[in-house]
Formats: sequence, structure tokens, C-alpha cells
Amino acid sequence: MSKSGKRKKPSIGKMIAYVFLSLWAITTLYPLVWVVINAFKDRRLILTDSFTIPVGAKATLDNFRLAFNKLNILGAYKNSLIISCTVMFVVMLFAGFAAFALVRYHFRGKQFLYNLVIAGMMFPIFSTIIPVFRMMNSWGIVNTESTALSLMATALPQIAGNMSFAIVVLIGYIKSLPIDLEEAAYIEGCNVYKIYFKVVVPLTKPSFATVAIFTFLWSYNDLFTQMFTLRLKNQWAITRLLGELTSMEGTNYGLMASAVTLVIIPVLIIYLCLQKYIVKGLTAGALKG
Amino acid sequence: MNSNIYKKKTPIFVFLIPAFIFMTIFLYYPFIRNIVNSFQSITGLGTAAKGFNEPWYANYKTMIEDPNMRIAIKNTIIMIIATLVGQVGMALLLALLVDNIGRGKKFFQTVYFLPIVISATALGLLFNLIFLYDKGMLNQFLEILGFSGLIDWKDQHHAMMTLLIPVMWQYVGFYFVILITGLNTISEELYEAAVVDGATKLQQVFYISIPLLRNVVCTCIILAVTGALKVFDLPWIMFPKGMPVNSTFLTGTYMYYQTFNSNNVDYGSAIAVVIVVLGIILSKVANKLFKEKDY
Repeated sequence: MSKSGKRKKPSIGKMIAYVFLSLWAITTLYPLVWVVINAFKDRRLILTDSFTIPVGAKATLDNFRLAFNKLNILGAYKNSLIISCTVMFVVMLFAGFAAFALVRYHFRGKQFLYNLVIAGMMFPIFSTIIPVFRMMNSWGIVNTESTALSLMATALPQIAGNMSFAIVVLIGYIKSLPIDLEEAAYIEGCNVYKIYFKVVVPLTKPSFATVAIFTFLWSYNDLFTQMFTLRLKNQWAITRLLGELTSMEGTNYGLMASAVTLVIIPVLIIYLCLQKYIVKGLTAGALKG
Repeated sequence: MNSNIYKKKTPIFVFLIPAFIFMTIFLYYPFIRNIVNSFQSITGLGTAAKGFNEPWYANYKTMIEDPNMRIAIKNTIIMIIATLVGQVGMALLLALLVDNIGRGKKFFQTVYFLPIVISATALGLLFNLIFLYDKGMLNQFLEILGFSGLIDWKDQHHAMMTLLIPVMWQYVGFYFVILITGLNTISEELYEAAVVDGATKLQQVFYISIPLLRNVVCTCIILAVTGALKVFDLPWIMFPKGMPVNSTFLTGTYMYYQTFNSNNVDYGSAIAVVIVVLGIILSKVANKLFKEKDY
């Protein structure tokens, strides 16, 4: 798709384009770089001298020490990982099943179920969270001392919230698979479940990767659900901890910078390693927004 | 698809039941339930409803007279316009520019998309540091440039702008990637033919790229409109409880405020219903206005 063939030397228009694009790239990157730089500075310097790079005497790890000792950031990470991994695995398992059945089987009401899946993507979380909370309250899994139950209460609505998006993405991919391989496996005596796990799942791997990454990130970044379901400090996941930081440590800006750094660095690493799947999944999942 | 494998129908249930159980319990049923709740009287998240309101539509009546709801709706509309211009417009500009340069496409795409994977909560804290009165990044920068006197970015005059900038900033890359994907599907031959006919670069953009991108832009517009209704995390971190003096409420943050901070749960449910209705109406309108028939 290269268009470079028809242009010989860089024109003025092209130079302007590069300048403009680079400016926007800088406004995108610089705030992130800025916060990371300042996480390594004394908390007072952030307010007076935030543009210099901390070297020598200016550099300090105090903010990070504080983040680990005072905030229990590792505990929050653990909670986040438990929630987001649970959401990711359950969504992949059940959405895979549903997508497979909706593509390969023909039955009455199939179109209706498909429409239900699409409708599921349209419900904003605001319109479901109160009844969901009240229901889980009557089951005793929110407003409880138990960390395990609270984490589960966070995962359950997130699983449902990501399910339709995952089904739609997987349907699109499974549809494009040739049925021949499945038929060959059938002739060799595999039953449907074996065909699904041994033939369909391996072929659908790229699409599962997209679903896994998106589901994980959505769950990891979602503050709204956590504000309803995680009551006690030791139950907080990382996003909730960040959300409470201002009211807990109002003016300790060094600690804020280090906490933000600690939360965004893992995500940035995941993004840079897996961006191929992320960008590909975006167009498929665009509806979810 | 006449394969014998899929003639036996019993596995359908095994495959479909888990996903649909989840969605029924945590999506479809609560959605309906929420509409019912909005007509009832509920004074605590954990307490049972005390029957229906008198009259049953009382919450919606209150809403019409509620000055905060008016602010929330007004701000949400401002947010929608800002996302249309600042996100989709900016993304379109960037996408058209990137499409016309040779090297570096991949780099710009990677960079522009990056803020989307970061949690809005972390970005809210980050922008709090940037907009800090005494003295965040911006006020320090203005000082270096020689401006005297600090600007309070969070006072009533600046609050909405301070709120809109990070939201717009974060999602430009999202629409950028969708538009770039759309531009990549436009056949190269069209451009070649245009070059043969002597079309300039600018003419190619206006007579080929933009018209053929119309449906993709329409998708982006619908996503931006419905997305603006879902914004919560960033405004809540930067301007909790609609501060200063209730001037920054959005429909989403106001719904949370009524539910959690005022314990007016049924009113919160009613606001949520309004958010859904607004979303449906606005996406229908956008569809009518912008969507082109398939060729």
C-alpha cells in the first residue's frame, strides 16, 4: 500500500504534516514522561522545578519507598491481578463457547440471541450497577469483610460487561475459518467438544489474544465498578487505591507521581509488546467504546 | 454448511448457557430492574424498596426542576460537542496527514493510541498534577514564559475546559486508528487515476479520501456521542462531587453522586434511564444525519 512511489522529494506540505504530527505526538508522550521524571524527585521540587531531569543529588527513590510501605501498593496489585485474570479467563472460556455455537449451529432463535448479544454492548454500566449491587448485597458478597467475596463481586459484573464484546469479536473470526479441518477431525472420530478445543481454539488464537488483552485492560482500568464493590482498604484493587489517593494523601504530590508511574508502567509494557493484537481488536470491538 | 458434525443439537445448550446466564443475571435483568427501580422509593443501596413513588413518575418530575440535572445535561452536551470536534475532528485531521506521509506511520499510530490503554484514574491524577494551582506543570511553564500571576485552572471559569482537555486528549488515538483502518481500505488505484488526471494532493483528500470515509466517520461520531455519555472516571477524579459548586456535574457523575453521596438511589436509577434514552436518541440522530446508503 505504499504511496511513496509517486513522490520524489519531500514537499513543503509534507514537512508541515510531519511537524504537526510530531507536535501531537509530543503532547501525547510528554505528560507521561513528565510524571515519571518527577516520581524520582523530592516532593517539593515537583512544585518548583518540574522540568529538569533528576540526576545526582536531585534523584531520590523516597516516593517509591513510600508507595510500597505506606500504600500497600503490592496488595492492591495482587487484588487487581486476581480480579482481572478471573474476568479474562471466564470471558475467554464462555464467550468462545457461545461464539462457536452461534457460528456453526443453525437453530431457531439464533438471530434473536445474536441481537441480544449486540444489545448487551449498548448498556452503559450506569444503567445496571444499582440492581446488580442490590442483588449481590442480598447474596452477601458485597459489604462484607471477606476479601475473596468482594473480589468476586467485582469480577462478576465485569465478566458480563465484557462478554458481548468478546462474543462479537470471536464470531467475526470463527466465521472466516474453513470448516474442512473440523470435518477431517470429525471423520477421525472426534466429538464436538474435542473439535472445539483441539481444532477451533488453536486456529482462533489471534482473536482470543485480542479478547484477552482488551478484557484484562478494561477490568484493570475500571474504577466505577470497584467504587461499588470494594469497601475495605485491604480489598482495594489498584485503580481504586489510586482513586482514593487524593483524599488520603492530598498534598503529597511526590507520592502521587510515583503511584501513577507504578500503575502505568506495566500497562505501557503490555501495550508495547502486544500492540499488534490491541490495534487489530479495536476495529472489531469499536462498538464497545 | 451442511456438515454432519453440527446436526446433533444438544451441545448448543452446553455452549450457550454459561454466557447467556451471565448476561441475563448481570446485564439484561438489572437493566429492566433499573427502570422499575426508578419508579420506586429506595433510600439506601442495601435497603428494600418502600413501594412505588406517588405519583409513580415523581423522580422524572423532580428531574425537570433539578438545577443540578440541568447543569449535568448542559455539561454532557458540551462534552459531546467537544468530543465530536476535539476527538473525531482532530483524529480525522491526523489520520489524513499520516495517510499522506511516507515513513513513520507505524510510529505515530503507536504513540497516538497509547493513552487509551492507561486508566482514566491514573490520567486524572496526572492531570491534577499538571493543572495544580501552586504550582503544577502548566503554571510553572507559564512562569518560565514570563507570565506573572497563577491561573486557577479549577475555578468556575476554567473548570469545564480543564475537564474537557484530558478527556479529548485521551481518546483522539482511538478514532485515529479506526479512521486509518478505513483509509487503508481505499483502493490505491483511485489515487493513481486521480494523479493521472492531474489532481493535487489536496484535491485527492477532498474528492477521494473524505467522501469514501464517510461511513467510517459516521461510526466514529456515534461512538463519540455514546462514549461521551459514559465518561466517569476522569471527571470524578479531577472534580469529585461536581466541584466547584456543582458546576462540573455530568450525567454519569451526577448519577453516582445521587446514588452514593445523597442516598437517593431511586433518583440515581432514573438518571441512569435518562442516560440510556439520551444515548439511543443521539445515536439515531447521528445515524440519520451522517450515514450514507451503501452503494
